[in-house]
Amino acid sequence: MKHVYGWLLLTPAAILLVGFTHYPAAMTLFDSFFSTGTVVRPSRFVGLDNYAALADDPIFWQVLGNNFWFALGTIPSAIALAMVMALWVNEKLPARALVRMAYFTPTVLPMIAVANIWLFFYTPQIGLLDQFNALFGVASHNWLGDPDTVLGAVMLMVVWKEAGFFMIFYLAALQSLPPELEEAAKIEGASRWYFFRRVTFPLLMPTTLFVLVNATINSFKLVDHLFILTKGGPDNASSLLLYYIYQVAFSFFDTAYASTLTVVLLALLAGLAVLQFLLIERRVHYR
Amino acid sequence: MKSVAGLIAAVLLAAAAPARADVELTFYYPIAVGGPLTKVIDGYARQFEKENPGIKVNPIYAGNYDDARIKALAALKAGQSAPLSVLYSIDLYELIEQDVILPWDDVATSAEDKAWLKVFYPALMMNGIYKGKVYGIPYQRSTIVLYWNKDAFKEVGLDPEKPPANWNEMTQMATKLVKKDASGNVTRWGVMVPSTGYPYWMFQAFARQNGHDLMNKEGNRTNYAHPDVIAALDYWVSLGKKHKVMTEGTVEWGTLRQAFTEGKTAMMWHTTGNLTAVKDTAKFPFGVAMLPASKQRGSPTGGGNFYLFKKTTPEERKAALAFVKWMTTPERAADWSMATGYVATRPDAYETAKLKEYAKSFPQAVVARDQFKFATPELSTFQTGRVRKQLDDAIQASLTGQKTPAAALKAAQAEAERLLKPYR
Repeated sequence: MKHVYGWLLLTPAAILLVGFTHYPAAMTLFDSFFSTGTVVRPSRFVGLDNYAALADDPIFWQVLGNNFWFALGTIPSAIALAMVMALWVNEKLPARALVRMAYFTPTVLPMIAVANIWLFFYTPQIGLLDQFNALFGVASHNWLGDPDTVLGAVMLMVVWKEAGFFMIFYLAALQSLPPELEEAAKIEGASRWYFFRRVTFPLLMPTTLFVLVNATINSFKLVDHLFILTKGGPDNASSLLLYYIYQVAFSFFDTAYASTLTVVLLALLAGLAVLQFLLIERRVHYR
Repeated sequence: MKSVAGLIAAVLLAAAAPARADVELTFYYPIAVGGPLTKVIDGYARQFEKENPGIKVNPIYAGNYDDARIKALAALKAGQSAPLSVLYSIDLYELIEQDVILPWDDVATSAEDKAWLKVFYPALMMNGIYKGKVYGIPYQRSTIVLYWNKDAFKEVGLDPEKPPANWNEMTQMATKLVKKDASGNVTRWGVMVPSTGYPYWMFQAFARQNGHDLMNKEGNRTNYAHPDVIAALDYWVSLGKKHKVMTEGTVEWGTLRQAFTEGKTAMMWHTTGNLTAVKDTAKFPFGVAMLPASKQRGSPTGGGNFYLFKKTTPEERKAALAFVKWMTTPERAADWSMATGYVATRPDAYETAKLKEYAKSFPQAVVARDQFKFATPELSTFQTGRVRKQLDDAIQASLTGQKTPAAALKAAQAEAERLLKPYR
């Protein structure tokens, strides 16, 4: 009887999870072994053909590489910036609430709106960035139209957008640190940097792990800005894996290949999450 | 409590009463909800309902062309009826391959209806006809034109009323129009052609001007690697690289209009869909001209067509035909063109009193019509998304200096060939 009661409590959540997460994931895996069907040529089992096509697809490798650099460029810098901002606004400074809010504002804005604003920042000549540079006599640059700068430009925007969100977590963690630790360190004569390195930073580790997992997922999951800023261009220089999946599924209508790409993305994310938990778990001190 | 019950009863009655013989005409329309055009379309729908009792028109605004297509096809798969939709004109082959649309010839059977199928500009019908049958009725259509800043022309001693007529003139004028500050940085470019979003569309104009279309009528062959087509891309690339009259790299579609109205480029190629917005924001007199010629003039058409879906009852088909005919009368086409800047889809619309009047005060509005003589259909083939992206990538790779135009276009052609072979 007790079992029935427990299962009943679980049912609503389970239905939603299975219906919207597990079943679609399983179906995606299943679909990736079939060809895309049309009325003229119905879908048929093709085994691993889609995966072979994927291995031969230069754009897939390019967007995967882009995504790697994108993750590498955004995650550490966003986390470091978030930590610095949190330490800063945790101090007693004038108009503290205002500063905190200012740092958090980018997080509140929708990504599409942010991308539209930054699109104009980056516009050659009339953009904010170029007008600012012009004050110092720096020549105008086509930030989003140059394959060498486009990914960096996109990363900068994402760091700006994300750091404030992560700051909130660090701020919460900092507030929960017992003040005695700092007082004790002061009495012992520890420098601020030493105190941060040996006390604050290790105590923030659980938060860092949480933020790291989130940042990693976001670096694969957030592509809204590409629709506005670059559409993945020029020549796929700023395209990311999920954006490419969208193109394959909804512009090329190749659902089978899109499923294959999605399976790769899921596997990649699952692998990263496991790796993070295994590696960093050891270094995290939960209280 | 009583009033609530009364309200419920009233709602039920209202819902039940007209439901007997009504045909409901749901159609997907590719504009964002709440955009300025939704009001115009809603207005048309209400007026049509008033004039045609028994038909209920229910437009669903579905975002951009891609979104509208996805939503319409998803609704279809889910078994919901949307007898009619305005979708991208170049979705034709995709919709045929999915076997979801009907030719209008099947429902337009009377002599009068058959004549109606022939009233539109032939240039606008090219994207809507497959194997001799009409699948797309042009509605929300545009084309590319050249905008020029008359003040800038005057400033450098050019005749402000004379836009460039050919590529040579455009290069020469653009070179004159480039303005630099004391330290040698460019403060105004000569000409800009956008190369994000729809690079293939702009390139079609270059290719056509150089004598070639990029695909065949059957939609199963592309012509990306013809020497003249390669020369056309060479010219586009040279504007930035050799002549230094355009920014190097890609030019953003979305911000180009501001660059023009801020005076940062003296000329731009852009869609006629921007005409009203430029008119409202430019603080200087500007002109609109046909695109310059190389061997000939040329510009692709673009935009949305009315499609009729297969999964419909005879009543729905009849109602759909009545509605589309009503939406495309000369008067309404004229009205629509003035409200939006899109071209009026039939010649007799330009003969209506109101559009004649409008053209007199704003002659820029009829340039697109005059250019129809030289128009070519928008790039559309089977597997259109992939075939088009091959070209988009080749253009961007060339403009950013990653590949030479010849190498990029040959690679794109080879890939398109592979994709299209099964359709021959």
